[in-house]
Amino acid sequence: MNTLIAITGLGVLCLLFEILNLRKAIVPMTIIGLLAILGLTVSEFNTSGSFYNNMIVVNKFSMAFSSLFIVLTIFLVGLSHNFYEDHQSKLSDFIAIKIFLLSGAVAMVSFGNLAMFFLGIEVLSISLYVLAASNRMNLKSNEAGMKYFLMGSFASGIILFGICLIYGAMGSFDVVEISELSRSAELPIWFPIGIAMVTIGMLFKIAAVPFHFWAPDVYEGSPALTTATMSTLAKVVAMATLYKLLSVMNANISYAFQIIIVVLSIASMTVGNIMALRQTNVKRMLAFSGISHAGFMLMALLSLSTSASDLLYYASTYSLAGIAAFSVILYVCKNRDNEDIVNFHGLGKTNPLLAAVLTGALLSMAGIPIFSGFFAKLVLFNQTIEAGYLVVVIVAVINSIISVGYYFKLILAMYTKEPNEERAGTPFFIYAVAVVSIALNVVLGLFPSLVLDLLG
Amino acid sequence: MNVSLLLILLLVGAFATYLAGDKLASKVALFFSLAVLGCSIVLLNHFNAGENISFINQWISQPNISFALQADGLSLAMLLLTTALTPLIIFSSFGNEYKNAKSFYALILFMAFAMAGTFLAADGLLYYIFWELSLIPIYFIALLWGNGDAEERKTAVVKFFIYTLAGSLFMLVAFIYLYQRAGSLLIDDLYKLDLTASEQLWIFLAFFLAYAIKIPIIPFHTWQAKVYQKAPTVGTMLLSGIMLKMGLYSVIRWQLPIAPLAAKQYMFVFIALGIAGVIYGSIVALRQKDLKKLLAYSSLAHVGLIAAGAYTLTLDGLRGAVLQMIAHGFVVVGLFFAAEIIFRRYDTRTISEMGGIRSQSPKFTSMFMILVLASVALPSTFNFVGEFTVLYSLSQINIWFAILGGTTIILGAYYMLKMFQHVMLGETNKKIFADVTLNEGLTMVIIVAVLFFFGMYPKPIIDLITPSLENILTQINRN
Repeated sequence: MNTLIAITGLGVLCLLFEILNLRKAIVPMTIIGLLAILGLTVSEFNTSGSFYNNMIVVNKFSMAFSSLFIVLTIFLVGLSHNFYEDHQSKLSDFIAIKIFLLSGAVAMVSFGNLAMFFLGIEVLSISLYVLAASNRMNLKSNEAGMKYFLMGSFASGIILFGICLIYGAMGSFDVVEISELSRSAELPIWFPIGIAMVTIGMLFKIAAVPFHFWAPDVYEGSPALTTATMSTLAKVVAMATLYKLLSVMNANISYAFQIIIVVLSIASMTVGNIMALRQTNVKRMLAFSGISHAGFMLMALLSLSTSASDLLYYASTYSLAGIAAFSVILYVCKNRDNEDIVNFHGLGKTNPLLAAVLTGALLSMAGIPIFSGFFAKLVLFNQTIEAGYLVVVIVAVINSIISVGYYFKLILAMYTKEPNEERAGTPFFIYAVAVVSIALNVVLGLFPSLVLDLLG
Repeated sequence: MNVSLLLILLLVGAFATYLAGDKLASKVALFFSLAVLGCSIVLLNHFNAGENISFINQWISQPNISFALQADGLSLAMLLLTTALTPLIIFSSFGNEYKNAKSFYALILFMAFAMAGTFLAADGLLYYIFWELSLIPIYFIALLWGNGDAEERKTAVVKFFIYTLAGSLFMLVAFIYLYQRAGSLLIDDLYKLDLTASEQLWIFLAFFLAYAIKIPIIPFHTWQAKVYQKAPTVGTMLLSGIMLKMGLYSVIRWQLPIAPLAAKQYMFVFIALGIAGVIYGSIVALRQKDLKKLLAYSSLAHVGLIAAGAYTLTLDGLRGAVLQMIAHGFVVVGLFFAAEIIFRRYDTRTISEMGGIRSQSPKFTSMFMILVLASVALPSTFNFVGEFTVLYSLSQINIWFAILGGTTIILGAYYMLKMFQHVMLGETNKKIFADVTLNEGLTMVIIVAVLFFFGMYPKPIIDLITPSLENILTQINRN
């Protein structure tokens, strides 16, 4: 609870910085503030409780995921310094929006009431709509913002409708009450329909097949930093929330529902990977790769009661690798009109450090040891085989092989092609974020127990 | 003192080499690889004195994974092969100039680290990690420092990477399945598992996919010749000398004892695949015009025979396979090095453009002759010991296997001697063949000496590996 209040306070402070003319201090101050909040969250890790008539319920699950979100936001804010160089006057707005986005994210994983959940998802989504269209002189960015807004609000509508149906069936918004009632023998038909609609809305936010059509266009059109936010933070938030929704409201997930998850998971992985093979724009490629990773994370829903720490681990490794990859993309594609793979030619020669970071990030996403992406897949596969879905694991393995194809396309471009032009400058923040995030990724790979035992 | 020290030394060596800069990199790498060789000999002494040199520590609590490095005779023999070949390979590259040498030599040491780890690991996941880890350095070595057209090389290397990764991911699924059954991946726990015949078959096949691609066994060999040809000679040596032995070692260490029923039931199929590799490799080698490709196909034939020997599930077969693995490691490194020596002078790998070397460099010619003869298993060379034991074990299973497998010697003699004739005798190439330098000569002499020494006196190695092979055989025959 303190975390949420502190984050909101920090967001307001960010806006005040602008009034006080402290524009230069915004990024460092915000990072320090977020680090303090991270410390606060970690120190309260073992306390649990509920606030405001069960509106907010804090437990290990919400604390662990909140910490992850805060870490990701620190990285995203760090990258802002360089990214918004040309828009100094709006810097505080952009940072404040990111902080408010974080508050929505924290609300989404610590809700105890469906109203709070919806509030969280709207705070998060509206911040993202604004960020997607934030490059307002650029046609593509406008298009992305509009597309995302239309599709996203439609999805929100479906979620809201689902919540209404659940309320109609159960007579309560409180998840604990809903969970108790859902164990009774006779359930009104509205209840499963409501759950299904909420799930559909969340699948849209995760960009899982067949609700993924918005993702490539929006990812490509949005400013690169917004794409980074969407593909790392927003995706992980939505996934964690879906996991929490299903696990707290519906203790006995039905067999038919599991089969649907299996189908969606397989479809997401396969469609995402196969489409990614054909992309030449790196942002689009990562969008499709994100769709396939959503498919992997959906596997966690097959063993709801035991896979929380596995999901946390997968989410951490995926998003850390994503942050590392995007920080390199930000560096390479600064002042370019597109993010085509051509821009990466010869990066191995002109900037070996960042090329190595990007290689590491891609290897982690492809699931090559010793990067933590490998262990994330391993624990997830282990969990899924235990749940009895060997078929999904085999499809996932085949997909891992396919994914190597496009990840390596980028690696090959960096190392075997000749550089087309020199890039000047060594922006400190980008280097710091890239190196720290890939280092964290490797540390998680060397000591997976750090995360895996958190929720045990 | 335990085996983890060795791995740490290799890893530190890789970093030190990178930090030493381009000029010093090769010397630092050589220094570290020699230090590791010394260290592994000391470990061998400790082991022979009956001391415990294993290292086991809990790594991940959930799932239950240990950082377990265990050394028995078999592991140590493979470890010594790795640590002995690494300095030789590094030393053999001294005549060449590599751009970005610090990365190049660091990658070689890193690869030695991963391969040594593969031979030592006693926990399934740790083993798998080392197995995969070795793929990354060789990928970059072949890609960045290879020869020939860049596009073609890229295709070959990426194909190799995806092929091997695909195979090993199925091995990973098998390991996860085994973990579900055993609750741990320690090799001793996996040996104790009581699996049904159909479970064993699936696990056996999943392992087989990984190993057949790595070794390679027909019909999973299609990546091999191109990669051997395109990789820099150092990369080819690492691949053929050590890395493919990882596959053969894993067959003996992991596949056969964990799924013995399947191995027994389908023994004929797998031996036949191995023998098919012998015949196919030999026949294709006959028609090769490129020296490196010829050696690649001859290597395919030899490892086919080694795999067939391992799949006989007899003590002789396993022992012969291990001996031949070590012998083949040295011979193939020597032969590829000889090809490199010729390339340095003639700037070509096409056999028809060579010739008349004998009259200009008799020393080189005689060493090359010894390597060629060793490769076709002439008595008194190390290869004879290995190949003969394998053929003997095959004859115990079915005499036809031995006869067909024996073609490796007959056909091998034919294509190797024909190659020798074209390369060394005949008309002289226009370019002058300068005599071998001291460095080159030293490398060749060491390899030839090793081959002769163990050809005459293989007892130390046989004594080292036999107890652990007997253990594995008891595992295989446990039910």
